[in-house]
Amino acid sequence: MSRQSNRTTESKKMNSELFTLTYGALVTQLCKDYENDEEVNKQLDKMGYNIGVRLIEDFLARSSVGRCHDFRETADVIAKVAFKMYLGITPSVTNWSPAGDEFSLILENNPLVDFVELPDNHSNLVYSNILCGVLRGALEMVQMAVDVRFAQDTLRGDNVTEIRMKFVKRIEENLPAGDE
Amino acid sequence: MKKYVCCGKVRGIFNYKKNQCQCDAVTSFKTPAHHGMKCCFNNQEIIIIIIIIMDTRFTRGKSAILERSLTRPKTEVSVSAFALLFSEMVQYCQSRVYSVSELQARLADLGQGVGASLLDVLVLREKNGKRETKVLNILLFIKVSVWKALFGKEADKLEQANDDDKTYYIIEKEPLINAYISVPKENSTLNCAAFTAGIVEAILTHSGFPAKVTAHWHKGTTLMIKFDEAVIARDKALDGR
Repeated sequence: MSRQSNRTTESKKMNSELFTLTYGALVTQLCKDYENDEEVNKQLDKMGYNIGVRLIEDFLARSSVGRCHDFRETADVIAKVAFKMYLGITPSVTNWSPAGDEFSLILENNPLVDFVELPDNHSNLVYSNILCGVLRGALEMVQMAVDVRFAQDTLRGDNVTEIRMKFVKRIEENLPAGDE
Repeated sequence: MKKYVCCGKVRGIFNYKKNQCQCDAVTSFKTPAHHGMKCCFNNQEIIIIIIIIMDTRFTRGKSAILERSLTRPKTEVSVSAFALLFSEMVQYCQSRVYSVSELQARLADLGQGVGASLLDVLVLREKNGKRETKVLNILLFIKVSVWKALFGKEADKLEQANDDDKTYYIIEKEPLINAYISVPKENSTLNCAAFTAGIVEAILTHSGFPAKVTAHWHKGTTLMIKFDEAVIARDKALDGR
């Protein structure tokens, strides 16, 4: 923990092209390794989950945002702080369900899909599915179970990219006995 | 439907055995020309005609991605996002191999994909579509342009081996790729910059300078580039003219 004091909270930035192309190489490799698109989607989600679980700590340390009081606040923090910090974009939050437990993130520019075109034989591939995993993993670490999926994707010919997020439940913390 | 386009005379070297050509000056392409290259060789006149087998998507005019400009405002992402993604990649590769060398080979493979995609866009942006024909120039192109595009800075050093004219080194004291990676003791030879080595290898090979590139722990991280004999022989022949 001694290193924490001299660590800057500003996160370092890099050109997004290396990131984009690296992700592209990964997806290409997965498509070679797995038989069908569904398996690739699942694997991307799993990788995203692993990233999310680790990313949340980095996020809380750098952003110094406090506890969110409701799901609306969570949505705002994800869109305006988290996406901005890691991918340099600010999606808009819309389409709230009447119960306030479900919303959409509309991404105007998705850095993952720069240079990308889906070939005809991969029509079921959810190319950016890793983002769903990241959101799910990160929120799970702050006791929130959510359901995340792509509702629309520009790669598949939709006008916008839309990520739909649904609040499932609060995860109760089971502290080990005697651990405060 | 496939469409054939001929782009006229291109100076090049024809390899009889492989029935392929390695062009040293490809000047008039507007689309990436790596796939489906075919050459005809006229023994007397040394004219090589390159035929690009056009994918249907180039001719349909439907693809929005082809309408976008290649020079676009620079966008940035956080290094943490990249580090986490890269870490997942390494773990994924590791789960499918048995040895360090296999792992490095897989990372290099992934890097090849990046290098191959990056080459065309950089040549168009930085060099106005002109390809390098000399070994030293292509190495400088990598040291300066490629490194700036990937890592936002030039590579620290470019050196030639004292005893071997085929071998060059690109030395990076603290590569971005390795910034958040600690190598376990039992696998101390593992260098994840094998990924960068793959990128460099693809760029060299696709530019007509076939080479083997490997990553080593030496003065930080050293990428060792070993060119094919033919590349050096051609370079000397060009010098003599």
